[in-house]
Amino acid sequence: MTGTMTLRSFLALCLLPLALAVTAFFLLPMAKLIAVGASGKTGIAAYAAILLDARYRGTLINTVLLAAATTAATLVIATVAGLFLQRHRFPGRAVLVALLTFPLAFPGVVVGFMIILLAGRQGLIGEITLRLIGEKEVWAYSIQGLFLGYLYFSIPRVILTIMAAVEKLDPSLEEAARALGAGPLAVLRDVILPALRPAFIASGAIAFATAMGAFGTAFTLATNIDVLPMLIYTEFTLSANVATAAALSVGLGLVAWAILALARSVAGNAVAAAG
Amino acid sequence: MSPMRDRLIFIAQLAFTLLVAAFLIVPAALSITAGVTVNYFRGVQSGLTLEWVVQVWELYADTILRSFAIALSTLGATLALGVPGAYSLYVRGGRLARTIEEIITLPLAIPGLAIALALLLAYGGFSDFRRSWLFILAGHVIFTLPFMVRSVIAVFAAIDVKTLDEGAASLGASPWRRFRDVIVPNARPGILAGSLMVVTLSLGEFNVTWMLSTPLTKTLPVGLADSYASMRLEVASAYTLVFFVMIIPLLVAMQVFAGWGATARPAR
Repeated sequence: MTGTMTLRSFLALCLLPLALAVTAFFLLPMAKLIAVGASGKTGIAAYAAILLDARYRGTLINTVLLAAATTAATLVIATVAGLFLQRHRFPGRAVLVALLTFPLAFPGVVVGFMIILLAGRQGLIGEITLRLIGEKEVWAYSIQGLFLGYLYFSIPRVILTIMAAVEKLDPSLEEAARALGAGPLAVLRDVILPALRPAFIASGAIAFATAMGAFGTAFTLATNIDVLPMLIYTEFTLSANVATAAALSVGLGLVAWAILALARSVAGNAVAAAG
Repeated sequence: MSPMRDRLIFIAQLAFTLLVAAFLIVPAALSITAGVTVNYFRGVQSGLTLEWVVQVWELYADTILRSFAIALSTLGATLALGVPGAYSLYVRGGRLARTIEEIITLPLAIPGLAIALALLLAYGGFSDFRRSWLFILAGHVIFTLPFMVRSVIAVFAAIDVKTLDEGAASLGASPWRRFRDVIVPNARPGILAGSLMVVTLSLGEFNVTWMLSTPLTKTLPVGLADSYASMRLEVASAYTLVFFVMIIPLLVAMQVFAGWGATARPAR
């Protein structure tokens, strides 16, 4: 039926449905979002308000700080665990790796519930501290809970990236350093960590962008946590302030996209996919 | 170097890694236990029961079935759009193809909430569409397409599909027959890896779905958020347990599959 069709027109035909779907359900809606963001009482100034309005700016700074703290803590934790797991073979190692990567597919809402079970009003940590110091520690419904939640979903992703990067390290460099008299700490500082830099940048950027935009965890823990996705949610559903919600969404999308683009220009093509 | 010190470093690292694993696994274990315990606050000694799971089925069966339907439809759509699209983008190459690939991948970098709000602002006025599950499907397809396209392109790059294609062309096969008989069979590892990703992501998707769903088109994760806010802990846990049971086989399949060969790994 397509016997006479040239390769050129066949390739165009292959691309057409994809191009139509992406235009209809992504590009046009995004253009609409940007337009609606400038359609409020203040017009295009709504975008400037993200930085100029004290409340929005405070929330933005909060969100960036939380995402940065999550990224830093995750990188440290995942590097220690990832280096260890990739460098040692011991019974039960495969099970341990499987356990560490098991939460990879948990949606944010489930992660929020995990944090409630761990540090909520009837949580494990509260039970333990009640017995130890006679006081119930409850962290779940605040920014600390959100930090724990973001750690929970970024650790598995980052560990996988770091383990893959450690596997590709050239062992002869470390042997050379050791032969020259470098101790284990010096080898770690001067050989291993610098070689892992692209993996740090790639997985760190993904962790940062994901933490900036994550909504489900905050939604489960509490609606009054002061981060950007929750602000968008309250502006849209509770205040019916559609223009502001749209402007904030565009701002949030730009920040997340810029972080990933920046990391990719520094670390190469390994950076993608904030799940 | 003293073996004694090596031993201590090993034990310290092992303890740390076990602690991290406990942080991730203990809450999941608590949740699974709570879902089959008569009374969580009195502990397992209050007895085990499937009562909560049955209650979840009575309350939320529609969300579970809808999530499966949406995940499978999303898979169908990403296969139909993504596999020919990836082929076209890879064989054409050049700057235009790279730009198009960038645009397709953008939804990975943009928070789900923003994508959902954009869809709502653009199509919220078409009330039949907005009220149906197809509205959620549109969001899921946009969100998961990049995984399918990248996964398939990664395999094309690994197996040198251009040479295969030219070989088949020199034998006189038409573009369509080459696509059906040579390209698709050779792209199977990428298609499989991409499919597993798409189904897993769609089943667990919340950030996009939440704003697109209505009380009549709730998916499983939206129902979960609902139960966390309003149901007793045992019911919420039993519901989470149902989600685990659905998602674990997919995760295992992905791990097994990733072990088959580096070329088959999803490009993430």
